Amino acid sequence: MAESTLSLDAKNRKNLPLEYSTEEGDLRIVGFWMFLAAELVLFGTLFGTYLVLKSHTGGGPTAQDLFKIGPVMAETLVLLVSSFTCGLSTLELRRHNKKGLITWLAVTIILGLVFVGLEANEFYTYVTHEGATLQTSAFLSGFFILLGTHGCHVSLGIVWIAGILIQLARRGITPVTARKAFIVGLYWHFLDVVWIFIFTAVYLTGWVM
Amino acid sequence: MQENENQPVSRDHAGFPWKQVIGLLLSLVLTFLALWIAVGHLLPVQPTIAIIVALAIFQAFIQLFMFMHVTEGTEPVHQLIGILFGIYVAFAVVGGTIWILYYQM
Repeated sequence: MAESTLSLDAKNRKNLPLEYSTEEGDLRIVGFWMFLAAELVLFGTLFGTYLVLKSHTGGGPTAQDLFKIGPVMAETLVLLVSSFTCGLSTLELRRHNKKGLITWLAVTIILGLVFVGLEANEFYTYVTHEGATLQTSAFLSGFFILLGTHGCHVSLGIVWIAGILIQLARRGITPVTARKAFIVGLYWHFLDVVWIFIFTAVYLTGWVM
Repeated sequence: MQENENQPVSRDHAGFPWKQVIGLLLSLVLTFLALWIAVGHLLPVQPTIAIIVALAIFQAFIQLFMFMHVTEGTEPVHQLIGILFGIYVAFAVVGGTIWILYYQM
């Protein structure tokens, strides 16, 4: 076998985007993909649990009683557009455009905050107006744990992007900040992928059945 | 060997971000198509579920390829194997769970 490309000399690495321009950055990005694979398994178990429990409403409100199309579509569209703006930030990173990168990451944070606000409002409505809490039924336990885990990930993502924004503003686009901005982008897109499945398995399925 | 060749990664210079815009538009179309199929009750339950799950998987792959650049890097085969294994385990857990439930009834 030929020598691994991870030992590419510096000259060849110059042709790669900045986040891949050092061996360390390259390895960290591959490592982050492994983390995302583990996250996929985490959410897989939570989806499995929810699908088992969703018919066990225990006399409490059912999916069709609770889920309203308007707020759910608002959350879906906000997160979908935030994934798009995050994609634009990676594009600006590749163009070495610091201003564009910071702008699109800031827009992504704002959309993320709107999403968390909408989701908090949805939970609040369920708990206060419908009497649907974590303890009401097995269905609602599964629902709040799955959606809550996703919501916590989005909240963490907001804090994380804010930290990267400070570093970008202070140091500009370097191989290190480029790698960090790229990785946080991967994380954010992954959260949108999880939401696509929540939208399908929880909300759409709830309306169908 | 093919997998050891340096993968050329295109540098996106000035120009309209077609890839991202097409990714967004496709995602929006798939989301509203799934909503229409589910809420409109156009089909029996089983085919409806099958179609909306297929649309979700398609949309996830759009994110993976158009926004996450999963095929980029010096040796993308490593991250592809990792993600494929993650997908395999997640599907084994979810699919296996549904399978057991189905035969229990």
